[in-house]
Amino acid sequence: MTSVITVPPSLDEHSFEQVVDQLQGVAPDARLLVDARHTRWASPYGLTALLALGQTREERPTLAVPEFDDTASYWARTAFFQHADGLFDLRGTVPKVKGGETTVLLEITPVVGSEDVHEVVGRIQQKAQQILQRELRIDAKATVGFAMTLSEICQNIVEHAGRGGWVGVQAYTYKKRPPFRRVVVIAVCDAGLGFRQSLESAPGRVRNDRWDDAAALEEAVIRGVSRFRDPGRGQGLAGVRRYIGRWDGKVSVRSGTARIAIVPPWDDDVPLLEKLAPFPGSQVQVTIPERVTGALR
Amino acid sequence: MMMHIDVSSVLRQTLSCELYSNLVTRPTGAAVRTQIEALLADARERSLTVIDFSHVGMIDFSCADEVVAKLLLRYVAAERDSREAYFLFRGVTDDHWDAIEAVLERHGLALVMETGDGARIVGMVNEGERSAWEKVLELGRAGAADVATALGTRADDCARLLEGLHRRRLLMRLGDGYVAVGGMDELHA
Repeated sequence: MTSVITVPPSLDEHSFEQVVDQLQGVAPDARLLVDARHTRWASPYGLTALLALGQTREERPTLAVPEFDDTASYWARTAFFQHADGLFDLRGTVPKVKGGETTVLLEITPVVGSEDVHEVVGRIQQKAQQILQRELRIDAKATVGFAMTLSEICQNIVEHAGRGGWVGVQAYTYKKRPPFRRVVVIAVCDAGLGFRQSLESAPGRVRNDRWDDAAALEEAVIRGVSRFRDPGRGQGLAGVRRYIGRWDGKVSVRSGTARIAIVPPWDDDVPLLEKLAPFPGSQVQVTIPERVTGALR
Repeated sequence: MMMHIDVSSVLRQTLSCELYSNLVTRPTGAAVRTQIEALLADARERSLTVIDFSHVGMIDFSCADEVVAKLLLRYVAAERDSREAYFLFRGVTDDHWDAIEAVLERHGLALVMETGDGARIVGMVNEGERSAWEKVLELGRAGAADVATALGTRADDCARLLEGLHRRRLLMRLGDGYVAVGGMDELHA
């Protein structure tokens, strides 16, 4: 019997939870069809998380590709199908990549080793400068911080995941809550160890009763704790927090059964979600919004 | 002995790749620092090394921790080592500063940076240390009594400050006086 997972029409960091919920009770070696035929839109988080889902399966799953031409073309331009092809049997019409104007700042790119991080940072720099200044009206100085943020999040995969993951960067218009504004979003997803397991591997670590995925996320994201004893460790996420604080951005990290977020005034997300359906690895999203003059909205 | 290390050249040698000019990732930083330490291995008892970031595109936090913080930590107050290694950082721009500042704060470190206006002490120093260091830089070569007189402070307090700055390798001791790192062009270190 094949289990069918329906991908929601709009796939982002929130609606991906519907996908994870449907996976509960489906054995890793069960046959799986991921049905994205009616999906119209996906954020970089949605696309990279779908790849991570493919990575978790022992039996190669099937992915029914979006039926809407625009959606499928967009997914192709993000290089999603190029990577999905290695994880899923693709069912439906996979369009060829066409040129032209795109809001994709960084196509979905695998991150396995340190050299991938160099590649990603090198590729993003020029495009990021253009988009941050032109679309987000952010100072050119923000470009370096953006690349640093990207680098540090990607390094989490290299250092902690124990297996490869994916990164994607895209600009789009945030429409969850008015006023609508342009945002640039970095998504980095893997299906590796996750924060709790990574921190548990620290030598001499003592567990307590309150230890769970949420506690692990609080330690790593808020307090900068790392599994390494080296006092210089844990600075990457601290630097990311500082960067998003400076530019009124948002960061959210999902791992295991919890999700933590640093939420700016323009968003209405919750800071901590616990007891989510379990999903392996870590899924990170950083959002940098357009600079709005005057008070924060 | 004075050495000049172009960090971007070390980076290219380390990665065996001409394409990357960014100091990113911890393994890259560790490899670059190891190369720098190898270059320093031949240094004499006392050395001054210019660490030149002029051709480095950007540096991230992890790399700054490896290249800057760990390099300084190894040589700061390295009393077990008979060698005294001093560093002067050149070509550090705003593009590098966020990451370097963060790691200096994290480890309680300070360094001397060469800017268009001359040498400057940056990082974790208190006002007293900063004033004392700047006075030594201004005087060229000075003892605790000279600096105390110039600052209007007690000589023994000043002596402690200068000794602390020397241990942090921000001042070099020459005879019974001190010279600021970055203010010793005419001296042979």
